[in-house]
Amino acid sequence: MPENKFLQNKLGLMGWISGGRYGIERYAYTLHRLTGLGILAYFVLHILVTTSRLFGEQAWQTVMGFLESPVFRYGEFLVYLAFAYHALNGLRLVLVELGFFLGVPRQPVYPYTNSVRRQRPVLVLVMVVAAVIVLLGGYEFFGFPVR
Amino acid sequence: MRTRESTFWTWHLLAGLVILVALGIHMFVMHLSRLLGIGGDGGVLAWSSVAGRSTSVAFAVMYVVLLGAALYHGLYGLRTIIFELSLSERAEKIISTLIVLVGVVLFVAGSYGTIAFYLLLRGSA
Repeated sequence: MPENKFLQNKLGLMGWISGGRYGIERYAYTLHRLTGLGILAYFVLHILVTTSRLFGEQAWQTVMGFLESPVFRYGEFLVYLAFAYHALNGLRLVLVELGFFLGVPRQPVYPYTNSVRRQRPVLVLVMVVAAVIVLLGGYEFFGFPVR
Repeated sequence: MRTRESTFWTWHLLAGLVILVALGIHMFVMHLSRLLGIGGDGGVLAWSSVAGRSTSVAFAVMYVVLLGAALYHGLYGLRTIIFELSLSERAEKIISTLIVLVGVVLFVAGSYGTIAFYLLLRGSA
């Protein structure tokens, strides 16, 4: 049970999605949750599908043949996109959570800076790495003939 | 003793790091193998390739670790998202129980699949 019960979420579903006038990190967070839920849904199916190998080669090939259709191929690529985003953004979240890249507290002297702005380059960096992973994976997904 | 929420959160964080490494390897093998020219003629999803990985102790251990870490991380994340709706304590208890049940069932199913297949192939080899 959460120990902090005095901050009630009065926005309901909007509280999940809308970031108001917060920075881009707030939307990165919304996307982190959406991709997380997507990956979780895929993961449950993935466990069931891969367990089909227990029933032998024939069963495996039937399942794999079924999954070769374009709908599943594009769907799988979407999961791959979600993976690249969630993994890299998650790495950033862990680093920030542990106190990296935030700098030390300092006097608010003009031009003002804050910890969010100081760690923003990290967001750009991890997104560039995610983009490279997506490009390499995309080439593998669509640059080769379907078997 | 009751485990504090912050402890569950720390596990969520650690599981995320475990997944980053294990899923990184998994994705590298599954989705960059043709680009790098590894994985044999039939590709990584061919039966021979699947069976090859499944007879390796390293892969079997990695699959079970990844399964456990990913289930914990994903289901704890889902629980966090649901709990943000400020539900009653009773509803939260029911949801927590359901999530633990789903996690345990999927973990048993997935690790049974991995271990049984490993033993099956080792037995027939």
